[in-house]
Amino acid sequence: MPILGIIASSILTSSSSYESIATVTAAGGEASLIFSSIPSTYKHLQLRAIARDTSTSTGSTGYGLRLNADGGSNYTFHRLNGNGTSVTAAGSVSQSFLNVDQSSLGGSSTASVFAASIIDFHDYSSTTKNKTVRMFAGGDGNAAGGIYYLGLSSSVWLSNSAITSITIYAAQNAWAAGSTFALYGIKG
Amino acid sequence: MATTYDKIQSTTLASAAASITFSSIPATYTDLRVVLTGTVNGDTAYMTFNSDTSALYSRTWMTGDGSGAYSGGGTNENNIRLAGLFTSLINTVPALITVDVFSYTGSTFKTCLTTLSVDKNGSGETAREVGLYRSTAAITTLTLNAGVSTYTTGTTATLYGILKA
Repeated sequence: MPILGIIASSILTSSSSYESIATVTAAGGEASLIFSSIPSTYKHLQLRAIARDTSTSTGSTGYGLRLNADGGSNYTFHRLNGNGTSVTAAGSVSQSFLNVDQSSLGGSSTASVFAASIIDFHDYSSTTKNKTVRMFAGGDGNAAGGIYYLGLSSSVWLSNSAITSITIYAAQNAWAAGSTFALYGIKG
Repeated sequence: MATTYDKIQSTTLASAAASITFSSIPATYTDLRVVLTGTVNGDTAYMTFNSDTSALYSRTWMTGDGSGAYSGGGTNENNIRLAGLFTSLINTVPALITVDVFSYTGSTFKTCLTTLSVDKNGSGETAREVGLYRSTAAITTLTLNAGVSTYTTGTTATLYGILKA
């Protein structure tokens, strides 16, 4: 006879291998937000975000990252996008931003909805390796007022420099109030 | 630096159960993360928040099953479907499901990102999904349902809290 439901036990523990470094929240209207002076004391970084911009788009948009303020053509990507009907794949080189597709919603999309994203920067403090980045993002507005997407992608920053700053640019217009980016360090 | 990734609750089923519920979730974190490893005696798995089964949920998904890639979605649904789109979870090999719930105490609607990974030595699926719960209420209860079936003995589910600076 199966148990119809089970309540999980409450056990509170702590871990010191995943730590919050800093969080930035948009007041509204900022074209970019920045994490600077990122310490090199971790093995990996993770960025967790909810985002919405001030564009007139009714659907999914995105944002772009620049590492160490590098605006050169030093970013590449491969991605999968799903739009609720089909899946598309694409890739490109020589990009001037590290693009995080489907990671934000336009300002005319369903009210009170933010897209979400999780981005992992692997071995970010290495001075002998290019930097591999993995991204998972999506926004869904119950299909009211637009088409909604999710994206899965990998990128590389063609630099051996340790990442010490991350600048986050709204792909369209500026950040809506409440857009929040939280940066975490993961120990190795 | 603050410690920011805590286990809140965890369970391993000693016998089959129709659902696993994390209740009395504290409001002290920014995001929630659920990790479930297990099998289901049926085809599907669902998630609801605050025991709310009204039509306030929607989702967009994409998946690959070894021969193709597909995308779909649903609106005004009564839950967020986590699995069972293409591949049944009936198996002796556990599937892995993760759920990240963002700003679960915030005053906006709640967005979550989910993953499903299941391989049955010849068939399987890797899926990603974005889900929406159109409620501004803080999430205090999260329920993982097995639809009309049950999670099997040994299924493990853990709820973590993630805190931002």
